[in-house]
Amino acid sequence: MEALWLSLRLALCVAAILLLLGMPLAYWLSQTRWRGKFLIESVVALPLVLPPTVLGFYVLLATGANGPLGKLWLAWFGHTLAFTFTGLIVASALYSLPFAVQPLVAAFESVDGRLLDAAAVLGAGRLRTFFKIILPLSIPGVITAAVLSFAHTLGEFGVVLMVGGNIPGVTRTVSIDIYDHVQSLDYGAANRMAIALLLISFAVLSTIYAVNRRVWSPWPVKHGE
Amino acid sequence: MASERITDDVEGSELAARIRFDRSNRGRQEFHLDVDFQVGPGITILFGPSGAGKSTLLDCIAGLLRPAEARIALGDKVLHDSGAGSFLPPQYRQIAYLFQSPALFPHMTVEENAGFGLQQANDGDRKRVVHHLLEMFRVAHLAHSKAGRISGGEAQRVALARALAPAPRAVLLDEPLKGLDAELKSSIVDDLRAWNRVNRAPILYVTHQRDEVDALGERVIALDRGRIASEGLPQNVLDAPRTKRLARAAGFENYLTAIVQEVREADGVMRARLAESQTELELPLGYATVGTRVQVAIRAGDILLATQRPAGLSARNILEGTIESVEVRGATAVCRVSAGAVFLVHVTPGALRALEIESGKRVWLVIKTHSCQLVGE
Repeated sequence: MEALWLSLRLALCVAAILLLLGMPLAYWLSQTRWRGKFLIESVVALPLVLPPTVLGFYVLLATGANGPLGKLWLAWFGHTLAFTFTGLIVASALYSLPFAVQPLVAAFESVDGRLLDAAAVLGAGRLRTFFKIILPLSIPGVITAAVLSFAHTLGEFGVVLMVGGNIPGVTRTVSIDIYDHVQSLDYGAANRMAIALLLISFAVLSTIYAVNRRVWSPWPVKHGE
Repeated sequence: MASERITDDVEGSELAARIRFDRSNRGRQEFHLDVDFQVGPGITILFGPSGAGKSTLLDCIAGLLRPAEARIALGDKVLHDSGAGSFLPPQYRQIAYLFQSPALFPHMTVEENAGFGLQQANDGDRKRVVHHLLEMFRVAHLAHSKAGRISGGEAQRVALARALAPAPRAVLLDEPLKGLDAELKSSIVDDLRAWNRVNRAPILYVTHQRDEVDALGERVIALDRGRIASEGLPQNVLDAPRTKRLARAAGFENYLTAIVQEVREADGVMRARLAESQTELELPLGYATVGTRVQVAIRAGDILLATQRPAGLSARNILEGTIESVEVRGATAVCRVSAGAVFLVHVTPGALRALEIESGKRVWLVIKTHSCQLVGE
């Protein structure tokens, strides 16, 4: 159960960080008229198509003792970022980025532009318009972003293996634990973990679709819902 | 406090705008706006066919669009001066703008909506101003309703209250009464007039409906294809439209092409023959020489129908013709009359019965010279 607890902690941290970082990024993407915007969108979407090992490999290089991020970290904290819980958070956040940013962008973009115009002529600056108009009207999208990045991090395997290795209580998450059990032919233990992960993932996804199915749903949406 | 501030420094303030705005990029329809005007306190109607650039013009004044070349000033405050590189964003302009849709914030109550523009006022002041305006626009009973749950007419009133609450220095209204019934319309118009009696701000009111012009108009600016076609008193602008498109928007049903035959400057008239016909019309004198083609616009309601050749009339144009068809639309009977060209003539259903007008009947059309308006393309 140590592994499950670790996975839940990791997923919660990543979801929280992605909301904080994803909101300004998604807001910028939803408002900008910059022509190069598609480049940023592609970078954000990269983890969707990239094998986790590729992403994990570069994160490992960057966070290792000789990597730029790793050196900085070593200088400040006295140890490297790779093979630590913090390193896992960094890697997982990168890997789950599109699952937070895309629902947020979709939600922010679906706010009627005339409402933003109305707020502007009524004297509201960008910050006030965001917090008073855009954000309250995007709550379903924010929930979707949080839940998706939580669920996606929970099920993460490849990136964790590359960056975190397999240190019990530090970087051994549920999926790694299951893999370990299978390797050592302990199918009973693997099954217990797998069922726990399955149930949690199902509970999480049914929460999203109960709350809304308008924002970033893989299923077709009927009009008028 | 917001509503007291206005009476001191805004009295007599004038909105002056010189704007050149071009939109020709990325495959969208090319459009050029090129206007220069001043409006004082009171209601000025911005009139014109759709696509004339009315909404674009309001967006430029509000600061939602940034035209490449503009100088816009409200009183002594410069809002936009492209030459000097200054551009005041919309949130600092103190201009109220009511769109075609109410655009209420659906997650807020009516009261929260109306108070949105008063963020700097303290709670007591804000409540007082908001309730005064909600009372004035007769939506106070909805104060605690969610804005997404009220009717269209109510929503437009709340939007008006919300726009006026911060005591704006100018007001822009873009067809705010579109889609509302006549009774509701005239009561909202009365409310707006009442507010304006106290606040005396320049109000630009966009419409292409004739009845709204008549109800509100102190002054009209007619816009066509991004340019000011004419401006002045409503009756002068709308009864003598300068272009065919404006004439259509102003409610002229008949457009005829005629060739000038004779110019009688002493009498202030000219005679013209309808194209592809022998029928002649006497027209008011215009900038035209013998042989040139002119466009004539005539309101269907300005033409008289007679079943016998009339005599002893001052009207100079009496055309013989035949009824082609008759269609009753509510209180108006629309007759199509063939008399050298096809004329649309409006009569009342009662007149239709009394004169026994029906298809094929021989009639005479009576048109005063000055009911014929010369218009450009």
